[in-house]
Amino acid sequence: MIPQPAPVSPILGKLSLDALPLHEPIVVATFCGVALGGIGLVAALTYFKLWGYLWKNWFTSVDHKKIGIMYMILGLVMFLRGFADALMMRLQQALAFNGSEGYLNAHHFDQVFTAHGVIMIFFVAMPFVTGLMNYIVPLQIGARDVSFPFLNNFSFWMTTGGAVLVMASLFVGEFAQTGWLAYPPLSGILYSPGVGVDYYLWALQVAGVGTTLSGINLIVTILKLRAPGMTLMKMPVFTWTSLCTNVLIVASFPVLTAVLALLGLDRYAHTNFFTNDFGGSAMMYVNLIWIWGHPEVYILILPLFGVFSEVTSTFSGKKLFGYSSMVYATIVITILSYLVWLHHFFTMGSGASVNSFFGITTMVISIPTGAKIFNWLFTMYRGRIRFELPMMWTVAFMLTFAIGGMTGVMLAIPPADFVLHNSLFLIAHFHNVIIGGVLFGLFAAINFWWPKAFGFKLNVFWGKVSFWCWVPGFWLAFLPLYIMGLMGVTRRMRVFDDPSLQIFFVVAALGAALIAAGIGAMLVQFAVSIWKREELKDVTGDPWNGRTLEWATSSPPPEYNFAFTPVIHDLDAWYDMKSRGCERPLTGFKDIHMPSNTGAGVILAGISTLIGFALIWHIWWLVGLSFVALIGGAIFHTFNYNRDFDIPAETVAETEAARTRQLAAGA
Amino acid sequence: MPRSRPLSARLRALLTLPAFALLCGCDMVVLNPAGDVARQQGDLVIVSTLLMLLIIIPVMALVVLFAWRYRESNKEAHYEPDWDHSTGLELVIWSAPLLIIICLGAITWVSTHLLDPYRPLARTGPNQPVAANVKPLEVQVVALDWKWLFIYPEQGIATVNEMAAPVGRPIRFRISASSVMNSFYIPALAGQIYAMPAMETPLNAVFDKTGVFQGFSANYSGHGFSKMRFKAHSVDQAGFDAWVAEARKAGGNLDRAAYLQLERPSEGDPVRRFAAVETGLFDRVTNLCVQPGKMCMHQMMALDAEGGMGKAGLHNVRHVEDKTSATGTHMHGGKSFVGEICADKMDVAVRAQPKPVRQAPLAGAGLKQPSGAPTPTAPSVASETRPRPLS
Repeated sequence: MIPQPAPVSPILGKLSLDALPLHEPIVVATFCGVALGGIGLVAALTYFKLWGYLWKNWFTSVDHKKIGIMYMILGLVMFLRGFADALMMRLQQALAFNGSEGYLNAHHFDQVFTAHGVIMIFFVAMPFVTGLMNYIVPLQIGARDVSFPFLNNFSFWMTTGGAVLVMASLFVGEFAQTGWLAYPPLSGILYSPGVGVDYYLWALQVAGVGTTLSGINLIVTILKLRAPGMTLMKMPVFTWTSLCTNVLIVASFPVLTAVLALLGLDRYAHTNFFTNDFGGSAMMYVNLIWIWGHPEVYILILPLFGVFSEVTSTFSGKKLFGYSSMVYATIVITILSYLVWLHHFFTMGSGASVNSFFGITTMVISIPTGAKIFNWLFTMYRGRIRFELPMMWTVAFMLTFAIGGMTGVMLAIPPADFVLHNSLFLIAHFHNVIIGGVLFGLFAAINFWWPKAFGFKLNVFWGKVSFWCWVPGFWLAFLPLYIMGLMGVTRRMRVFDDPSLQIFFVVAALGAALIAAGIGAMLVQFAVSIWKREELKDVTGDPWNGRTLEWATSSPPPEYNFAFTPVIHDLDAWYDMKSRGCERPLTGFKDIHMPSNTGAGVILAGISTLIGFALIWHIWWLVGLSFVALIGGAIFHTFNYNRDFDIPAETVAETEAARTRQLAAGA
Repeated sequence: MPRSRPLSARLRALLTLPAFALLCGCDMVVLNPAGDVARQQGDLVIVSTLLMLLIIIPVMALVVLFAWRYRESNKEAHYEPDWDHSTGLELVIWSAPLLIIICLGAITWVSTHLLDPYRPLARTGPNQPVAANVKPLEVQVVALDWKWLFIYPEQGIATVNEMAAPVGRPIRFRISASSVMNSFYIPALAGQIYAMPAMETPLNAVFDKTGVFQGFSANYSGHGFSKMRFKAHSVDQAGFDAWVAEARKAGGNLDRAAYLQLERPSEGDPVRRFAAVETGLFDRVTNLCVQPGKMCMHQMMALDAEGGMGKAGLHNVRHVEDKTSATGTHMHGGKSFVGEICADKMDVAVRAQPKPVRQAPLAGAGLKQPSGAPTPTAPSVASETRPRPLS
């Protein structure tokens, strides 16, 4: 525990061959697998000469649709990593009984649960949600792109940079062994002398820049780029929830950045913000990180509430019940989410009055949330519900989330929290709301908007297989955790004394295996759908009889989204246009002004990631060099005058004519 | 179809497995504890669940009902595509959850105050008030890497990874930690509270059944965390006396040097007993001055409260390699510390005992007490201050 200061080389810093985890066979095997897969991928891309295409059409693209898709791919890749961590934990906990140490040592297991939490929140849920907003919001408000297209590209690559750092920690050095929020003093330099916490800090700092900038970008986009006639109270609900989410991002991520910077100063400059000695206060860290952390959970769930609203209304063939009540509920949740952070540490001894206050504010949040559930319920009432995949996920969400909400309110009662805090009951609760809310919502969204993004629907059979693995799999995996929480079993345990618990962990592991089958089925669903895309093709651009503007354009939408900016008269603008018999304009096209692609985002984010890596390993010359390169690169980019171009009217006319022919053929 | 029966039967068995676990009589210690405080906390879990089920069950039933009734193939159901507002319904859907939350909020406010771990116990069970002359058993708890130290100042003994208390006697834990954050939790006794270095958190609780119960850290604290467990014995007075005698027999003195040895990280330690404990050791632990030559936090804070020592204070920051510092002791791995100015004896009497609790039911400010209640002599909630670097 007492750190022996590692020799710091002037050239390689703390980096040496010892940093490679060659003594961990599991990591070595993983590395071999990843390396082989990576080499195969690179070879395939080279063989098919796809690098130029990827660079020109994707990596450097400032098109919000392509960036949205890249975010989703990033989320999916990281989801597989995070889920692999989950399976490892489930297996370890199912094995480590009767004196067995399981198959993971403490150093490895503690990294696994830390990485699982960090990855699932920052590099799965956040990219998924951001990607979804990126893709859908501009289409829903009738915009051609986001307000700051280059910034959008840069934000994406910064998020990716953070993910790269987390992935690098698997093979070079180690990741934090502190739990996903890295509470000091444990995460301080005295008790975590290795590079694990530094990987954590710099991965989150680099990704945090991306998240904050993308939050600003989307707020401005929603406030400034709405089509004429779309007043705030005529915005689709998904756009509303996205607006609130981005307000939360912009208001809360700076707190995270600041608190991680302070922890970084403690570790690098030996300041004493959160140390035991010299007047440091670890409790301050816990407060600050949850002042970010609680809004964060609403950042994740609010956009999905929007998705459920769109899906319920579309597949019930009805207007959304209580639109304004829905909007106000979202705003109330946004505001209240800043007044509840202390419920994450009632057990730190804040005292009865403070605890009661935060307990009651937490319960109050359940009122607008409950109102939302009722609104979806009464949207279904007297509808004509088509049980397509998005609607199935929505119903599963309503049933699952209700239970998760209930256990959440239980945990909000401080004396009840004293007996359930940090227990597996808590783990079951937040997986109940994050899987049942965020993930089910994402699956609904993916099935709902996939045809918009790619022009063909997803295969229904494999979608249903996935659904029927996921939903029972979730309950099988987490019901035992609820029960064990009531038996007083705490989280983050590597080995167990009590043999009677083993059966619960075995059942939970079976549940995890069922979820794995669900994920597998989903990947098969994507593959089969791409394979059979001609059969699943949608030429209308509006396969679900949609209600909002994104369904007014072709699938996939042209680069410029809308040839003419639509004029909005009503909520559910596309439904309104359809019922008024609105005709697509076929003539009178004009040049369309569009932003140019640029590689600056990739390069600047790459340099930022390099700075992070150099800081982690104390390679000071590289920190200096890459910092200068970053500033220089940013200044150099300001001299790039090749920022925009016009799509000639003839090209627009051709694209639109092709769509006209397609529509005629489909009719 | 008889052929499909085995599969569906197996599926059903699989699906009912979790439900079965609920009924199997597994040891749900949180709902069936052995202490009055934990019992009330467990009851709250049940009461709040029932209250919320009042609204959750109808909602879930309606989801299923509407999903079925208004399915596309059911052409007989009403279809009103433009129906999107009803003021009456809106009132109901906002006020029904509100009513439940008002009930839960009231329960929360009262129970949070009554079951505040800082509050000295007013009862050891339903209708069993604590007599005025009963002095709680003080147990000082230190979370070490990765074991638990229990100091019994009244008995003058200390133990590692085992504690005991007489059933029915209120216990007052004073909890701290040596290096990182832990959480002190005996589910059968009472809810948990964090054990933090340089802080002290109290917990008031009482056993109402005898037995041997599990205690552990409920907050991850590093590699040895999983094995940071201890047994809590709830015994009768004779059993407790025997347990204390056993510790006395073990010999050994837990002085500062022995503590510094003990706090070094180790995993899966066996139970250890000390017949004697240096006076004021716990206060030195919480003031981060067990190491010889290091200034106690309460002195540092007192100095700072007087305006500090100015630049002169910097001269008193010593480095571990300084000759002036105590060599050979574990300085928490830290590189520097503030040297002590005058070697003082840790004053254990500094700390005021918490004021007694008013027995009467809680009432709002300004409300009259129920008749027959004793005249209030102290605030109903212990006025002890919150975790803080203590003096």
